[in-house]
Amino acid sequence: MADTMTDIDNSPEVLSSGAMRRQMLKEFWFYFSENRGAVIGLVIFVLLVAVALLAPVIAPHSPFEQYRDAVLKPPAWTSGGSATYLLGTDPVGRDILSRLLYGAQYSLFIGVFVTTLSLVGGILVGLIAGYYRGWIDTVIMRLMDIILAFPSLLLALVLVAILGPSLTNGMIAIAITLQPHFVRLTRAAVMAEKTRDYVTAARLAGAGPIRLMFKTILPNCTAPLIVQATLSFSNAILDAAALGFLGMGAQPPAPEWGTMLAEAREFILRAWWVVTFPGLAILITVLAINLMGDGLRDALDPKLKRS
Amino acid sequence: MALLQIENLTVEFETASGWFRAVDGVSMSVEKGEVLAIVGESGSGKSVAMLAVMGLLPWTAKITADRMLFEGRDMRGISPADRRKMIGKDIAMIFQEPIASLNPCFTVGFQIEEVLRIHLGLDKKARRARAIELFRQVGLPNPEERLNSFPHQMSGGQCQRVMIAIAIACNPKLLIADEPTTALDVTIQKQILDLIMALQAKTGMGLIMITHDMGVVAETADRVVVQYKGRKMEEADVLTLFENPKSNYTKALLAALPENATGDRLTTVSDFFDGNPEPAPSAGLGVTA
Amino acid sequence: MTDTMLEVRNIKRDYELAAGLFKPKKIIHAVKGVSFKLERGKTLAIVGESGCGKSTLARMLTFIDEPTGGELYIDGDKMDTRLGHLTPEMRQKVQIVFQNPYGSLNPRQKIGDVLGEPLSINTNMSAAERRERATEMLVKVGLGPEHYNRYPHMFSGGQRQRIAIARALMMNPKLLVLDEPVSALDLSVQAQVLNLLADLQDEFGLTYVFISHDLSVVRYIADEVMVMYFGEAVEYGTRDEVFSDPKHEYTRTLFAATPRADVESIRARIARKKAAAAA
Repeated sequence: MADTMTDIDNSPEVLSSGAMRRQMLKEFWFYFSENRGAVIGLVIFVLLVAVALLAPVIAPHSPFEQYRDAVLKPPAWTSGGSATYLLGTDPVGRDILSRLLYGAQYSLFIGVFVTTLSLVGGILVGLIAGYYRGWIDTVIMRLMDIILAFPSLLLALVLVAILGPSLTNGMIAIAITLQPHFVRLTRAAVMAEKTRDYVTAARLAGAGPIRLMFKTILPNCTAPLIVQATLSFSNAILDAAALGFLGMGAQPPAPEWGTMLAEAREFILRAWWVVTFPGLAILITVLAINLMGDGLRDALDPKLKRS
Repeated sequence: MALLQIENLTVEFETASGWFRAVDGVSMSVEKGEVLAIVGESGSGKSVAMLAVMGLLPWTAKITADRMLFEGRDMRGISPADRRKMIGKDIAMIFQEPIASLNPCFTVGFQIEEVLRIHLGLDKKARRARAIELFRQVGLPNPEERLNSFPHQMSGGQCQRVMIAIAIACNPKLLIADEPTTALDVTIQKQILDLIMALQAKTGMGLIMITHDMGVVAETADRVVVQYKGRKMEEADVLTLFENPKSNYTKALLAALPENATGDRLTTVSDFFDGNPEPAPSAGLGVTA
Repeated sequence: MTDTMLEVRNIKRDYELAAGLFKPKKIIHAVKGVSFKLERGKTLAIVGESGCGKSTLARMLTFIDEPTGGELYIDGDKMDTRLGHLTPEMRQKVQIVFQNPYGSLNPRQKIGDVLGEPLSINTNMSAAERRERATEMLVKVGLGPEHYNRYPHMFSGGQRQRIAIARALMMNPKLLVLDEPVSALDLSVQAQVLNLLADLQDEFGLTYVFISHDLSVVRYIADEVMVMYFGEAVEYGTRDEVFSDPKHEYTRTLFAATPRADVESIRARIARKKAAAAA
């Protein structure tokens, strides 16, 4: 019976949609910023996006240009390094820093593509399963169980082996393996919301199934989906890097971080910088996104809200 | 010496839009063997005040008081370990949602024996015997079998009886009942209220009854405190409150009762405060008749 | 046009609990053959405790659930209550207001849209016309045009219940089923909402089926009272009849259990307590 004590707004002025959005954003930021890790993650992610967008401008060299006279040069601060190639060069003489910067583009693209694909597909399938229940639900969920039973990388490898090694096929494969998580979340949320009074009221007003699914129920299921999307983003980057490392994802000479690792495998002991920097890039990106996802969950979960 | 004495208690929470004052300078006291009803609507801070005394508020709450004494002992700076020795033993509390207040994973027998073990240190046989005795005292049929039931297997009324049994297990000096019957049907409500009052009469413990239902107040209280938006509006013995309320808010509450309706329309609280939604606390606050 | 707005003949609702591996199939009779008639413009209060079937009855009256048996007549016409046969005309005749003001509004929908939704689904009104009608209805229930763009969580429980009432009235129904509409509200707010309901009933000539467990509210607003117990109507009559001379034992138990908030009872209780203490 408790009333939301602070939210009752009896002010007579007309609240424009813009002003209301600003107010909700302010409240969101209040909860999000409490988690310092999340803010750091957000900052790093924004930097990453900036780097990816500005790569052609800030990269000192082209990522594909091979400098035959500067093969396997160590980073600038060690002996033997030079300031032209700040982080050193790889076995065929390409500047690692430039490759890393351009690699950010690949990683972000992979993350966006995969997440969008599995999100859209997962939501559609989950909506149908959760709304209609019955035999459709059983068939869909057993299918998802089968997909989940496979180790995701293995499934991706099988798919890529069938379809042929390329970045696009790798991304499709990863999207398929990530989809069941979204299906499950959406289905659970739909089943929970379907019994609520406002859905009954909408049905009584004459809303058909399509309107009910997409306009009435779906907007209320977004919080867990957003959090899962963030985690899928980082998963996608990691899986794409793994595929690239195995030679099944982006093919050389693409400056994708995982592919860079693949090319540098034999040089782990001889030239540590070829392996370390791409690995660090993957680590920092995935960590930042996961931290952000944590903060998002704290901010979006109504049960954790405090007022 | 009063059993519980609170003076100028203030509880604030930090929210997205600044500090929110849930309880604003509330003072009250409860004597041994007395039944005090705290009545107010939602948002009046009646539950929050008692939770503050028990130390059950989240860490985001800021609690300040001039005095918060239980049996003369200062509850404000008390260490968590000392507080845990008192809570459940000398001060007990029962809550509004009976089924949700019990741990769904354990049998009710386990839960009541837990209290006996921690606070009274009884051995297994003694615990079981006392648990059966307590269940019988609160009117649960077949107490031996009931010990092995889970909360979801019992009705709301039965769960509330279990809660009451757990609360009185250590013979508390003060029982705080936070809307114990709001979630129950009317006939069950009567049984539970009768049970609580019978236990109170028998053991002579102090009882604080938090409610929003004036009917419950009329049937149980010796003295009444009326709260509105975190502030105390009036304090009086129950007869004076109903016969001769002094605060405008109390008058409004009593007039809004459907049984006091005269004519076609119900009087509302806003009929008492012309335009100003915040009723000023009336003079003569804290005067006990 | 008859004067009987709503007639229910022997309506039944059974639920089947599926047979498990070790359990035989079980049938629960939630509503066991209830019949009543309700005149235009009057209020029937259905009273009972949890599990008596009053909410199930409400859901059948508003076509949310399909009755297992019996007949339903609204405004003289027999209603085809089979699932999936709900027509816009039927929707226009009867609407429902739910108990929980916090669950009955879509948290992600602005209330202007909440009110406009029935119109946009069932009529061809333009967006401007819908907005005008919605604003008109908002004012009628005691809110203002400035509330059009706000979300439900910005309103108190009482205000949300007003919005729910406004939504129910958007299609101009003649019959309104209210499932414990004031049970979750504070006393002062309850009075305001009850006054609003009385005003709307006068203005629009509405017929109410008012479900409640609170006898004091029922006594105040009802013309006729029906008491339900375990799916059956154990008492049915005018308000004065039922309250002055309850015939069924359950009704009497219910009346006896309701706490009284009057001075005489308090005096009597205090006297009893003094006597017990002295003894």
